[in-house]
Amino acid sequence: MTAVSLTGVDAETKVPLKRRLKRAERARQIKALALVLPLLLFLLFTFAGPIAGMLWRAVDDREVRQVLPQTVTALANWDGKDLPDEKAYAALASDIVAARASGTVAIAAKRLNYALNGFRTILTSTARNLKAVPEPGTAKEALIKINPAWRERNTWTTIRDAGGPVTSFYLLSALDLTRNVDGAIVAASPDQAIYREIFARTFLISISVTALCLILGFPVAYLLAALPSGRSNLLMIFVLLPFWTSLLVRTCAWIVLLQSQGVVNDSLHWLGIIDAPLRLIYNRFGVCVAMTHVLLPFMILPLYSSMKAISPAYMRAAASLGAPPLTAFLRIYLPQTLPGIGAGSLLVFILALGYYITPALVGGAADQMISYFIALYTTETANWGLASALGAVLLLATVLLALVYGKLVQGQQVTGGMKN
Amino acid sequence: MEAGMVTSAPALVRFSGIQKTYDGEHLVVKNLDLDIRKGEFITLLGPSGSGKTTTLMMLAGFEVPTQGEIYLADRPIKNMPPHKRDIGMVFQNYALFPHLTIEENVAFPLSVRKTNKAETQARVKAALRMIKMETLAQRRPGQLSGGQQQRVALARALVFNPQLVLMDEPLGALDKRLREQMQLEIKQLHETMGITVVYVTHDQSEALTMSDRIAVFNDGIVQQIDKPDALYEHPVNSFVANFVGENNVLDGTVETVDKDYCRVALAAGGSVMARAVNVSGAGASTSLSVRPERVAIVPDGTSSDGPNRLPAKVQNTIYLGDHALAVLDVSGNAEFMVKLQPGAHDSLKHGESVFITFRPEDCLALDPA
Repeated sequence: MTAVSLTGVDAETKVPLKRRLKRAERARQIKALALVLPLLLFLLFTFAGPIAGMLWRAVDDREVRQVLPQTVTALANWDGKDLPDEKAYAALASDIVAARASGTVAIAAKRLNYALNGFRTILTSTARNLKAVPEPGTAKEALIKINPAWRERNTWTTIRDAGGPVTSFYLLSALDLTRNVDGAIVAASPDQAIYREIFARTFLISISVTALCLILGFPVAYLLAALPSGRSNLLMIFVLLPFWTSLLVRTCAWIVLLQSQGVVNDSLHWLGIIDAPLRLIYNRFGVCVAMTHVLLPFMILPLYSSMKAISPAYMRAAASLGAPPLTAFLRIYLPQTLPGIGAGSLLVFILALGYYITPALVGGAADQMISYFIALYTTETANWGLASALGAVLLLATVLLALVYGKLVQGQQVTGGMKN
Repeated sequence: MEAGMVTSAPALVRFSGIQKTYDGEHLVVKNLDLDIRKGEFITLLGPSGSGKTTTLMMLAGFEVPTQGEIYLADRPIKNMPPHKRDIGMVFQNYALFPHLTIEENVAFPLSVRKTNKAETQARVKAALRMIKMETLAQRRPGQLSGGQQQRVALARALVFNPQLVLMDEPLGALDKRLREQMQLEIKQLHETMGITVVYVTHDQSEALTMSDRIAVFNDGIVQQIDKPDALYEHPVNSFVANFVGENNVLDGTVETVDKDYCRVALAAGGSVMARAVNVSGAGASTSLSVRPERVAIVPDGTSSDGPNRLPAKVQNTIYLGDHALAVLDVSGNAEFMVKLQPGAHDSLKHGESVFITFRPEDCLALDPA
C-alpha cells in the first residue's frame, strides 16, 4: 500500500524532485568552487594569462603600423606587382620625418630588419638624410636618391607585410619558412633556417633522456614495488633525495664530476684505462647524463605506483598456467605497467622539452635546446615576437603529445579493472 | 589400512617428511606425510596459520620445502619451477589478468604451450561452454561479477588438462548463497572430469560438502585425514572434534576404563559413560565431546533409563528456521547447545531446570583441550 502511493507521488513530482536535488547539490557545488577558487585565480593570472599573452605576441605586429601609419594605409591597396605609386613614397617620406621628430624610427627599423636584413640601415640613413618633407610629386625621386633600395620592390613588400596588425611572420620564421616577394610561403634562406634543426635536436635529446630514464628507472621501480615496505621506504628516500637539492647544484656537481680534470677522468686515468682525459662534458653526452639524473625520479614514481597496484598473484597465476618467467613478464606484467610507462615517459619527455639551465651549463653550442633560444630572444635581443612564436610551436607540439597520451591512457583504462 | 591401499587409486602426489620454516625458528609445517590419490578431491582444512596454505604453495612450487621431498606422479618436484609442474591453480582473488579478455585469459595456458590455433579455439570454446559463459568471452574481468570471475578462473585452470588442480580458498570472497552454489558446481566438475583436486579452506562446512577426504591441519601438523563422515563421527582428538561441526565440551577425569568405554567424573559433579577414544587411562583428565543433535532434553522430574543424565539450566533459545537451538548451562559449560525441532523451543523458559540425556556412544572421551 505504502509502496503504491509512493510511486504515485514520485511520478507526479518528478520535476520538483529533480529541482530539489539540484538545490541540495548547489550548496555543495558552491563550497567546492570556493575551495578551488584561489588556485583557479592564481593559475589564471600566472599561467593562463601569460600563455595567452605569449600566444598573442607570436602574431601581434603593430610597431611598423604605429611608426609609419600613412605608408601602411597607402600600401593597403597596392597590388605588389610594380613599385608603388608616388602617393606611397610621399606617405613614407612624411612618416619618416614625423618619426624622426618623435624618435621612433628605431622601433620600425628593428622590426623591418627582422624581415629583411639591412633594412635598419636603409631606414636610418633615409631618416638622417631626409631633411624635410619633399615637394609634392618629388618624393619618389628624393627617396631613391637617398637610398637606391627604395627602387626595390622587395623593400616595399617588406613594409607592407610588416603593416600588421597581425602577422604570420614570426610563426613562419619559427618553422624556417618565410614569404617571398610575391607573398608565397617558401623555405627560409639556409643561414636563417636554424629552428627546425633546433626543434629536432630538442626532441632528440628529450627522447634520449626519456629512454634512458625508462631503462634505468624500470628496474628500480620494480625493486621498490617488490621489496617489503620498510626497505622500500628507505630506498624511496634515495630516489627522492635529488629533490632536496637545487637543480643548479646538481648540475654543477656534474661539471665537477665530468670535466677533463674531474673525478671521473682522474679516476680512469689513475686506473690506467685512459691516457688523455675523455671529453665527458660540454657535449651531448654530458647533457643527457645530467638531464637523466635530474629527471629520473619523475619516471620512477609513476612506474612505482603502477607496479605497486599489480598483485603478485598475477605472476604466480601465469607461472601456474605454464608461463616461464620471461613470458609471464612480457605478457602479464609489462602490459599492466603500460599506464605507468606512459605517464612517466610523458612527464619526463615534456619536462625535458623545456630544459634550459642544464643544457646551458653542461652542453656545447650544438646541444642548446629550444628554450635556450627562447630565453635568448626574450632577454638578449628583445625579439619577443620570435620568442613567442618558438614557444607557441613548442606548446603546440607538447599539447599534441599530451592528447595522444590521453587517448592511449583512455584505451588502457577500459581494459583495466580488477584490483586485488 | 593395507586393504584400503589396495582398492584405492595409486598416489599422484606424495609429501614425504616435509618441513617448512620461514624464519629459521618456527616450523610452519612439521613433518608432513600425505598421499593424494589420483582422481580424489582432498581438502586441506584448518584455521589460519595452520600450515595448509603453505603446504599448497609448496605443491604449486611457490614455496620450497625446508626439508623433505614432494613427488608428483613419482617424480621429485622439490626443485622444479612452478611453470613446469603442470598443475592448474585457482587463487583466492581469482587473479584473472585484467588486461586480457575472458577468452584470452582462458586461452593463456594454451598459448604459452604453443598449442595450435584451431585446437586452442576449440578448447577455449568448450571450457567457456562448461562454465556457461560463451556470451561473455569478449568482456574484461573487471566487467564480471565475483562469481563469474571465479568460474573463469576455474575454466582457465582446467583448460590445459593439468594432472592436478589446486584451489586456494577460491570461494572466500563470495557471498554465502553464491558460495554454496559454486561448491556444488566445483564438485560436479570434479566428478564429470575426473580431475584430482587439492582444495584449501578454513570453512569446515565447505570441506564437508565437497571433499572425498579431508586433512585437518593445526599447528603445522595434520591432525586427522579421513572421509567427511568419519571425521565428524570419529574425531581422533579434541581439536578435530571442535573444528569440524558444532561440538559441546565437558571437562572431567577418567574414573574407570572398560574396553571401549570409560566412566568420566565431571568437574562440576556427576559422571557419564563415554566412548574412550583418546584417553591414556584411569585418572587422566579428558574433554568429552557431544554433538548438539545427539542430545535430548527431558523435563525436570521425568525418569530416564539412560546412563547419561545431567541436570541443566536453560539460558536461551535460538530459532533458526529449519531448526532451533537451546543454550544450556551444563556442568559448568554455559554454552552447551542442544539442537531441537523448530517449535520445541517454545516450551523452554529462561532459567528453567531440565535434564539432558545422550547415549554413551555419542559421547567421546578425548584428550583435554
